[in-house]
Amino acid sequence: MLSRIAESLFWIGRYVERADGTSRILDVHLERLNHLPLEEQRSVARELLAVMGAKPQSEEFGLPELLHALAYDKQSASSIAGSLGAARENARRARETVSQSLWESLNTTYYGLNQHRKDVVGTYRFCNWVLERTAMVRGLADTTVSHDESWLFMVLGRSLERADMTARMLSTRDVQSAGMSWVNMLRCAGAYESFIRTRRAAFGDQHAAEFLLLDRLFPRSIVYALRDADECLAKLDPSAQRVGFINDARRIVGQARTFLEFHRTDDLMSELPEHMERVQKAVTQASDAISRKYFNQADEHAWVGEVS
Amino acid sequence: MSDLFQDYSEAAARSGAYDEMFAPGHVARKSYGQVSGALRELSLADVTARADSMARTFLDRGVTFDYAGEERPFPLDIVPRVIPADEWDVLERGVAQRVKALEAFLNDVYGRMAVVTDGVIPRQLITTSAHFHRAVHGFEPSGGVRVHVSGIDVVRDAAGTFRVLEDNVRVPSGVSYVLENRRAMAKGLPEAFGQQHIRPVEEYPRRLLSALRKTAPAGVDDPTVVVLTPGVFNSAYFEHTLLAGLMGVELVEGRDLICRGNRVYMRTTAGEQRVDVIYKRIDDDFLDPLQFRSDSMLGCPGLVNAARAGGVTIANAVGNGVADDKLVYSYVPDLIRYYLHEEPIIANVDTFRLEEKEAREHVLDRLDELVVKPVDGSGGKGLVIGPDATKDELDALRKRVIADPRGWIAQPVLQLSTVPTLSGDRFGPRHVDLRPFAVNDGDDVWVLPGGLTRVALKEGSLIVNSSQGGGSKDTWVLANSPQMPAEVIPRQSVTVREQVSVWPVESNWRDRQTEQQQ
Repeated sequence: MLSRIAESLFWIGRYVERADGTSRILDVHLERLNHLPLEEQRSVARELLAVMGAKPQSEEFGLPELLHALAYDKQSASSIAGSLGAARENARRARETVSQSLWESLNTTYYGLNQHRKDVVGTYRFCNWVLERTAMVRGLADTTVSHDESWLFMVLGRSLERADMTARMLSTRDVQSAGMSWVNMLRCAGAYESFIRTRRAAFGDQHAAEFLLLDRLFPRSIVYALRDADECLAKLDPSAQRVGFINDARRIVGQARTFLEFHRTDDLMSELPEHMERVQKAVTQASDAISRKYFNQADEHAWVGEVS
Repeated sequence: MSDLFQDYSEAAARSGAYDEMFAPGHVARKSYGQVSGALRELSLADVTARADSMARTFLDRGVTFDYAGEERPFPLDIVPRVIPADEWDVLERGVAQRVKALEAFLNDVYGRMAVVTDGVIPRQLITTSAHFHRAVHGFEPSGGVRVHVSGIDVVRDAAGTFRVLEDNVRVPSGVSYVLENRRAMAKGLPEAFGQQHIRPVEEYPRRLLSALRKTAPAGVDDPTVVVLTPGVFNSAYFEHTLLAGLMGVELVEGRDLICRGNRVYMRTTAGEQRVDVIYKRIDDDFLDPLQFRSDSMLGCPGLVNAARAGGVTIANAVGNGVADDKLVYSYVPDLIRYYLHEEPIIANVDTFRLEEKEAREHVLDRLDELVVKPVDGSGGKGLVIGPDATKDELDALRKRVIADPRGWIAQPVLQLSTVPTLSGDRFGPRHVDLRPFAVNDGDDVWVLPGGLTRVALKEGSLIVNSSQGGGSKDTWVLANSPQMPAEVIPRQSVTVREQVSVWPVESNWRDRQTEQQQ
């Protein structure tokens, strides 16, 4: 398939997952932010934005600005509206490759972005709506696109972004001075029921973090997402069966995963922010390596003369 | 008739045009019988609700054109345009005839120029055409076809006669709306389909692909076809994606291609892959910076050389523009006689060649009664309709015509035929044209039954271009009832066997059923 199309598909996967993760984080934190006194609300809003990888544009940064930056700002690729817009734009460019229903669901999602009240109450509904829409997009991608190269690029983007998003989600725990309970953290990832059934009621903070970080069966855990990405990479490039890895992306993803899996859990917990940063860095590096290998485009016209 | 057609006959009489649906006296023509019956059953609320839902579907499906950087749905009117079988038969033969003549003309112009030597057309006319490209002179394109896809615009004058208004053999667009309109109409006005045989349009992509593959360079067993688009900001981008998608081929941009050793390759995730046939949806000027505009970022350097060397087929061929120059248009009836030894089946619109002194003087005296068009314009750009123009506009036009008589032609104002079109709370007559599409695979010219009917949505307006407030209508060609459309396969009834018709259920199912009954 065309490199340009592969890149678009990869980013559709990433952007949709980003919108999904951001709306989960926003939804859970909004609830707590509302209870805080105004002064504290401001500082927490700032820190939350920093975890999502953006800087406040102005001095006055409170709750409404946070909502704008994370949910409605169409200019920014880290907001929900921005990433859904970007996903739709990529689908438009790859329209003959994605299925009609996948394109249509992204397109109608894009047109639905404006139909929400942009206050706190409206944002709860907005987040829920986004979760539904992204679930639909994923479902259609899984059921209406052949699971060939094109789908693998989409899933690859999705898994990398998911690892990154869960890492960010875990980092936000330190943001709120009041301390975010692990119950909420689990709810945020949609992992509460799975976790309870695995661990029964007897659990502590550590177990919850472990679950989101290391569980091999829960799809939103970092280890699971990284393993998914690794499998996609393996299918995309089936060479190098016997010795080592020549694929940079696979090496980076594999290293990040095994580092978490084989680390002592106690140590992991005491240095959680550092580890989460490492995961995010690995995702960025892997993404770069993938684009070097598969999407590399000549930026300018290259003309090779008559004689080959 | 319901009151939706109130005042229709007065408005139709006012315009003085031929109405496609009603014969004089407000009697529906035979071909429109079923449509008018279906519309009669509907109330205003029904019609608006259906029109709204059709527009909404277009937006959701992304059936849009780009206007001033904004995606707009292409307005589709709920009343179809119906062409009876006998009328279509004439159109079909006329369009195919024209395409063959233009194909022969292009081959000649870029070869021996016998048409000039034999005195049918002045040499100067060809060499002064802005689209006569010397870069492609003197070779026959591989595959041997130059006009793979064409759109011949026809209109109906006040007497109801079809006439050709212009030829498009460069990059004719609009066929995607033909395909989408039919889908939308099947949902929007299902009652009207009923008992009549409407010839299907969905075989177009298959025909196009097979023509493109057939004209691949010699020696290629399984040709790779691509559609070359200028990119997502092009007004016809939707059409490019739709055609590529329906043909199942890659949609490439110039930067995806690379020419090496007179062969063309595309950059894929598995390295470079050879491309054999390029369905080009980009203007010649931007195609190859080595030959044409050197500042173009849309094309790919080396394409023209590759085509000359026979390493790639470009469809439509480069340099076709010389055949749809509007001054050449005025010679097409002569070309048909010259190349095919036939009489033209569809007539031209009377055209004044402003290069000829007598004609020019005559036209300059009557500018306010005529339509004056630039010879190489498309999309209704630069066209001046005399009766609607202000005095200043006419004066400016006069100066430009005198300065460059080769650049303009003049035609009488035609009252294009009208079809009822929803406007506000009722139907009113609106002017339409028709663009049938033809696909030429070298052996045979196939004309898509129907084509794109464009409609001017403003009352009295004669300009149907989408960029100037035009919409479209689904175009139905009726089949002669005994002759079924070729696509339809006789239905076979299915016998349902006992075992397979039982759906497996879980073990609790029966218990629950009994519980509910108690």
